[in-house]
Amino acid sequence: MNTMQTIEKEMMPVEKTRNFYVGDTVKVHYKIVEGNRERVQVYEGIVIAINNKGISKTFTVRKISFDIGVERVFPVFSPRIAKIEVTRKGKTRRAKLYFLRERTGKSTKLKEKRTTAGSSANSTPENNASSAEGNSSQPQSE
Amino acid sequence: MSKALIGKKIGMSEYFCEDGSIVPVTICELGPCVVVQKKTVEKDGYHSLKVGYMDQKIQRLNKSIAEDLKKRGIAPKQIFREIDAFDESLDNGSIISCSIFAENDLVEVTGVSKGKGFAGVVKRHGFRGGRGSRGSNFNRAPGSIGACAYPSEVWKGQKMPGRHGTKTITVKNLKIVKVFEDKNVVLISGAVPGTKNSIIVVKAKAN
Repeated sequence: MNTMQTIEKEMMPVEKTRNFYVGDTVKVHYKIVEGNRERVQVYEGIVIAINNKGISKTFTVRKISFDIGVERVFPVFSPRIAKIEVTRKGKTRRAKLYFLRERTGKSTKLKEKRTTAGSSANSTPENNASSAEGNSSQPQSE
Repeated sequence: MSKALIGKKIGMSEYFCEDGSIVPVTICELGPCVVVQKKTVEKDGYHSLKVGYMDQKIQRLNKSIAEDLKKRGIAPKQIFREIDAFDESLDNGSIISCSIFAENDLVEVTGVSKGKGFAGVVKRHGFRGGRGSRGSNFNRAPGSIGACAYPSEVWKGQKMPGRHGTKTITVKNLKIVKVFEDKNVVLISGAVPGTKNSIIVVKAKAN
């Protein structure tokens, strides 16, 4: 590990290691400051991309809001993210789901991933989360 | 008499403030530097400190430097710079670490900028250039350089194309965002001159 990675790792909040994957439907609880008041806004959508860039790592959440597609990019390690909740696990064979932008209606739905005992062991999010290794253990999404 | 230290640019990253705002930062390794020579008014005519940075094999130094270091009993170093004698207690052999800087300090960073090769006037001097489209034949050319009857010559210092970059430059008023004392690393907000792993000198802002 070079100095750059060491320093970035030191700055990363440990509790914010990834617990979601591309294709998952997530609820992002995002803190918004209005004047001197702070409130939490919930943004729900499908994770269509995760960009690994050390501490600048981001993920893109897409949702359809009043018939218009909205994509929002969140920095994973931002202190403004209060919580990320996974509401549905999607089954996908791609790391970037940009093809969803072309689709409308029912075809935007992804198959749900079954995480029962019979499914493939090493790809379930629970397994990776329990290893608690943070960034280094996760597969690089190219 | 401002504090200064030799260091190395490691690369750029981001820093999250507590309120969630993101600051672009340069990760810099600073020191530890060893004081090689304390220059005094009596002996040298002025006050300053010659400091060394990064270990070096003795056979890689030239003889005059190697013998000088040997005489002073200081381990061989690779990079030498002269800095202000900011602390009277520092003497030959004492170590300066990045703990001399604190968060929110303003600093000046000196380094050699990235080379841009032979560049035109738009890149090198910020000329505006002409219009790119609609049949314009004047795109990035410098334009007239000597006018007509007067001055009927090209004035000295006329901005022209040429080698750009690879110059020692100083960026002032950069803020120290964080200090990692045990790792000899500081985060400086914004960009500092030079490539990754290039040598920089970080100096506290003169009051």
